[in-house]
Amino acid sequence: MSVISSQINRHAPEFQARYRAMQALVEQLRHDSEQISQGGGEAALARHCSKGKLAPRQRLAQLLDTDSPFLEIGLFAAHQVYEEYVPAAGVIAGIGRIHGINCMIVVNDPTVKGGSYFPLTVKKHLRAQAIAERCQLPCLYLVDSGGAYLPMQADVFPDRDHFGRIFYNQAQMSAKGIAQIAVVMGLCTAGGAYVPAMADESIIVANQGTIFLAGPPLVKAATGEKVSAEALGGGDVHTRLSGVADHLAQNDDHALQLARQAVHHLNRHAPANATQYAPPRYASDELYGIVGTDLKKPFEVREVIARLVDDSDFAEFKTNYGATLVCGFASVHGHAVGIVANNGILFSESAQKGTHFIELCCQRNIPLIFLQNITGFMVGQKYEQQGIAKHGAKMVMAVACAKVPKFTVIIGGSYGAGNYGMCGRAYEPTMMWSWPNARISVMGGEQAANVLATVKRDSLARQGQQWSAAAEAEFKAPIQATYEHEGHPYYASARLWDDGIIDPAQTRDVLGLALTAAANAPIEPTQFGVFRI
Amino acid sequence: MVNIGTLLIANRGEIACRIIATCRCLGINTVAIYAEIDRHAKHVELADVAYQVSGDTPVSAYLNIAAIIAIAKQSGADAIHPGYGFLSENTDFSAACDAAGIIFVGPPASAIAAMGSKSAAKNIMQKAGVPLIPGYHGSEQTLTALSKAAANIGYPLLIKAALGGGGKGMRVVNHAEEFAAQLNAAKREAKASFADEQMLLEKYFTGPRHIEVQIFADQHGNCIYLGDRDCSLQRRHQKVIEEAPAPGLSDATRRAMGQAAVAAARAINYVGAGTIEFLMDAAQQFYFMEMNTRLQVEHPITEMITGVDLVEWQLRVASGASLPLSQAEVQLTGHAIEARIYAEDPQQQFLPASGVLQRLTFPATSAQLRIDSGVRTGAQLEEQISAYYDPMIAKMIVHQPSRKLALAQLKRALEHSAIVGVKHNLAFLAALASHSEFVATHFTTHFIGEHLEALLQQPNELWRHCAAAMAVILSQPNANSPLTAFRLNGAASWHIYLEPVTAQPQGFWLQVQRTEAGYLLSIDRQQHQFNAHLFAPEQLQLSVNGRSEQLQFMRHGERLTLLYQGHSFDYQLVPTHQPQQSASTHSFCAPMNGTIVTQLVPPNQPVKQGQGLIVMEAMKMEYQINAPSAGVVSEFCFAAGDLVQEGAQLLHFVADDTADTANTGGG
Repeated sequence: MSVISSQINRHAPEFQARYRAMQALVEQLRHDSEQISQGGGEAALARHCSKGKLAPRQRLAQLLDTDSPFLEIGLFAAHQVYEEYVPAAGVIAGIGRIHGINCMIVVNDPTVKGGSYFPLTVKKHLRAQAIAERCQLPCLYLVDSGGAYLPMQADVFPDRDHFGRIFYNQAQMSAKGIAQIAVVMGLCTAGGAYVPAMADESIIVANQGTIFLAGPPLVKAATGEKVSAEALGGGDVHTRLSGVADHLAQNDDHALQLARQAVHHLNRHAPANATQYAPPRYASDELYGIVGTDLKKPFEVREVIARLVDDSDFAEFKTNYGATLVCGFASVHGHAVGIVANNGILFSESAQKGTHFIELCCQRNIPLIFLQNITGFMVGQKYEQQGIAKHGAKMVMAVACAKVPKFTVIIGGSYGAGNYGMCGRAYEPTMMWSWPNARISVMGGEQAANVLATVKRDSLARQGQQWSAAAEAEFKAPIQATYEHEGHPYYASARLWDDGIIDPAQTRDVLGLALTAAANAPIEPTQFGVFRI
Repeated sequence: MVNIGTLLIANRGEIACRIIATCRCLGINTVAIYAEIDRHAKHVELADVAYQVSGDTPVSAYLNIAAIIAIAKQSGADAIHPGYGFLSENTDFSAACDAAGIIFVGPPASAIAAMGSKSAAKNIMQKAGVPLIPGYHGSEQTLTALSKAAANIGYPLLIKAALGGGGKGMRVVNHAEEFAAQLNAAKREAKASFADEQMLLEKYFTGPRHIEVQIFADQHGNCIYLGDRDCSLQRRHQKVIEEAPAPGLSDATRRAMGQAAVAAARAINYVGAGTIEFLMDAAQQFYFMEMNTRLQVEHPITEMITGVDLVEWQLRVASGASLPLSQAEVQLTGHAIEARIYAEDPQQQFLPASGVLQRLTFPATSAQLRIDSGVRTGAQLEEQISAYYDPMIAKMIVHQPSRKLALAQLKRALEHSAIVGVKHNLAFLAALASHSEFVATHFTTHFIGEHLEALLQQPNELWRHCAAAMAVILSQPNANSPLTAFRLNGAASWHIYLEPVTAQPQGFWLQVQRTEAGYLLSIDRQQHQFNAHLFAPEQLQLSVNGRSEQLQFMRHGERLTLLYQGHSFDYQLVPTHQPQQSASTHSFCAPMNGTIVTQLVPPNQPVKQGQGLIVMEAMKMEYQINAPSAGVVSEFCFAAGDLVQEGAQLLHFVADDTADTANTGGG
């Protein structure tokens, strides 16, 4: 046992100030999350429910076990991205339990632009499928969508990771034995028709769900045939005549029960999870006061770890070597994990230590958790001569090749090559989240403004011109503002650079749920590439 | 003196068990009988030996005189105890026992016969000087004669059809002026119902009580009374709460009733245990109603206050012994109350209930608390409350120094009992036992009807929702894990389906969220803050609106039962959907090429849903087409022997609901 002994003082003014600052962000986050969860608003919801349909979140609730957690992904997708209001990109996605089995649930929200697919809707849908494939989670699609958002078809339809990829993924997952179950609860037109058609098992709601390649207006235009939506592709047609769907449900309630039943008969069994473990010894909300919101103010990352891991028990590795990177073994909700956490700028030693530790975890099939708060690798002649680039590259190589489940939480800054070494999005962490105080960009806004100002000043100097301090400040301000805006976690999460923004106090539970989901899939052996020694 | 070494008990349920208990004390071997469905019943298990009796219905098995006598002989029984109900007042049975040389534990056949006919019984009682309800039973039926008789009886009075029943031809008359009109109305009704307009007149009591006297007589001419019992609390003409002694009677009245009861028994040379039922008016005048020539259901309360084992006395008297006590030696101590716990739904006009008892628990019995029951539950055992018999589950009997204490104990004991699996009346009985008017001894036989609303009160809906939701949440493993019901950037959230188990189940979903202060229930866009925790397995402490209470629950798979102060609330936790065929799957077309075998109904004759209409044969198999709903076949398109092609229309069907037909045709 190596229990971390916390050194914080809850009553210190600094702690209190940081606490209040973070708490304000968390409250805003909760408020915004709640707002987004309302979907397309009261009027749209009332219209939706007046057709005898259940609200999308109610559908989700009735699909899941009574006490199921729901690890939602991409809640902030499309947040302030489009001119239209498209909360959650018009689709709810996340991991929940059905008959005790973790499943990926994707629910179209027809109260948001008729559930049509914006570019980020597609990206989110694909992201959900990617997680499902990675964790081998059965997929349930509650379909109620008008299909591609036509005004943006060029960004929705043609490319590799566009609409068609949804069905490609269904085929790939089905081939791997990852169940694909569709419940048609509304429109399911054109390309969308392939969601149920490609599913292993599909359910359709009578007098409500429709599946067709072309709807009645298009049919009339093409062939002159006049036909009602129900007669063209309703539940009765597809369960009795066409066989496109397998089960006819009387209504939403019934359909969701049938979907639960389908999962029950997958003959999958929930992996046994450890139930005997102690919670951390310190309150999770203390993270607010430890971390605060000012990225320039450092904090001791072990205080963070102490509030994430079981019993605050952390077996640190190479404590005194490369001390700016903290590595060690622990468990989270009973799952063994290896933690890699920034505690300062990365030096050659830290990178080598990280590489070593990642190798250990891969050798031992231990999932990795990266706690990112990194301004980058150390710069300067001395460090370049030491080969910091190759040491950093080793860590990037290790992270890139590691096949154990990887989870990344941006708990502070995420800048430059530090992002790579600490398993940024490009390194395919199984899942990745940001805290509301986080920032992500190629470098800090101030640094970027300084770099650009230096270039400009040098150029002006070559032309023999002077640059006033005021003019320089005026030059730097918009650059800094742009970096601040684009590095903001809402901006990042809106573009699905992560899987969500989370309350720091929930981090342990989010990790626990993600680890449980990931435990569904066996861990492949890792084969590292050539390390530049 | 005859020695009864082996006793056959021609009964079942609690009374059979109760008789066996006394036999065990007396060293008498017991023989039980049982109908096929009772083969695992408690009385079968308790008896030394048990024999199955056949019968068309379970009840008829217990009425099968020849078979029972044969078993008595085969088993070497010296005597037969009939219990109550079944054959207990059947003269053929007691005669058959006599003929077979087996002692019938009960009065002589002549006494049963004398009391079997109500009018004959009244004549005997009149001669014996037992007060009768003033009335006119004469054959003179003119208005003048009846009006005169009515004046003699006094108002209010009751006009009853001589052949009447079920309230038909019955009228209450409050004043002489109404008499003629009401008489005519009663006669018309009687004539229409029974084709007879003979009328009786009887005094009508506005605040009557039902009080009865336990008598005991031996074969040597001794007869005593063992106190009285008040059985005024009745519903559906059945007693639910009985107490002894009857409260509020003067000693003189008590003595007079006892003596009248003994006189009644003597008048018919009664032997054994018997009960004389009296009607008592507000002035404590009492009138003979009828005599029950058997042990009563409510006999335990008399046992409690007298310390006498009435079954033991029955067996002693039957074997020829004298009564162990004289009248002067009979001592009454304290107050005893019996509550009859029934499988019934008080909320639905006390409709009898049946089902499998999943749980049956009572507070520990003692000298003050007695439970007589013919059923039990256990790990390997699920007792069926059958619709074939009286749905009594148990009798709860309390004995305390005073009535007030007895009622308090009864209420508490009822509230701490648990019955799961069938609807029951525990809460109703507890409400009776604690009703202020009943406690204050202000009651008549109309008490339940008059106070029904108060007696049926239940905890409000919100409280029930909170309780059920928390029982669901806290009965799950890992209920308190932070991962349970986790929601990102929000509070833990459970969505719970509750479907109260009723005749017309209507399920609903509610949401519960964990808050810092406890829980938040959302239903119908309303939110309610409350708190709850488990203080023991299946024991919930629930605080709603500042009031904290305990309740018990039982989760059995997809069913939940809440147990609270005698109330039981049953819920189904998973929606059930009846598989429904879509209308257009009902095709009247040949499924493949084949031959018509037969038409099952003539055209234009109404048919029921699911009824067969036509049979065809194809590929060596017969296919039958059934009616999708009630309706008629308007036309058959083929006759038997015709060859039909796949898809050929075989018949035209018109459903009762024409709208449906239109849909079928169109779709």
